[in-house]
Amino acid sequence: MENIAHQPATRRVLLTAVGSFIGYFGVASTFALRPAIATPASMAAAIREAVGEAALHQGRVKLEIPPLVENGNTVSMTISVDSPMTELDHVRSIHIFNEKNPQPNVTTFHLTPRVGRARVSTRIRLADSQKIVAIARLSDDSYWYDSVDVMVTLAACLEDLR
Amino acid sequence: MARALINVPRKARRGDVIEIKTLLSHPMETGYRRDNVGNPIPRDIISRFVCIYNGTEVFQADLFPAVAANPFLSFFTVATESGTLEFRWTDDHGNTQTASASIEVE
Repeated sequence: MENIAHQPATRRVLLTAVGSFIGYFGVASTFALRPAIATPASMAAAIREAVGEAALHQGRVKLEIPPLVENGNTVSMTISVDSPMTELDHVRSIHIFNEKNPQPNVTTFHLTPRVGRARVSTRIRLADSQKIVAIARLSDDSYWYDSVDVMVTLAACLEDLR
Repeated sequence: MARALINVPRKARRGDVIEIKTLLSHPMETGYRRDNVGNPIPRDIISRFVCIYNGTEVFQADLFPAVAANPFLSFFTVATESGTLEFRWTDDHGNTQTASASIEVE
């Protein structure tokens, strides 16, 4: 009697142990298989690389991107900078960064006074809900930024191949 | 050869700021995906775009895998003189694709 009552207990204990063992390594291996993702730290490092030690000011840049995205595979994005775009006062470059794609860089645009209007549109991929940062470097070497939090329901990079 | 779509106004007045739209048919393969048997699909990215107006570079872009497939870019330029706008896309391996459009400036 005692033996019968005892057996299921050991089986349960054993199964729990095996289950948690599989669970632990299962989770660990899925993490190991995933490509390295850009973390806020790597985004900060990429921004430092582009900006150096210069101060970042908020304003003048406007990043237009939908706050809620259904499909992260193609997301329209427009960046405009408040600048007269003259020889003396123009935007030199616009850098776009993200937090959670595999790489922190999205695009870099190099502008000249010949552009006339500092406004660029493109389409990007978003692997997850995350913050997007746009930084503009002006001709006086000042840096201005804008950032937008985007929610993504269907992530890019994970779609099945047909 | 991939196909490029370009939208440049045919005519403009001198000094006008005109909008240019470009789209290149290209997979922009990130290198992070796998095919249906689990082999990684090699990276194939257009990493650089240049717009040249009568020999002068007016706009450039560095593209990363985060740019969606069939890279689309829209930007502006000042219509300074009649001539040609040349567009050049370069991939990771240095292969270049070009397209051009002419503009008449009055």
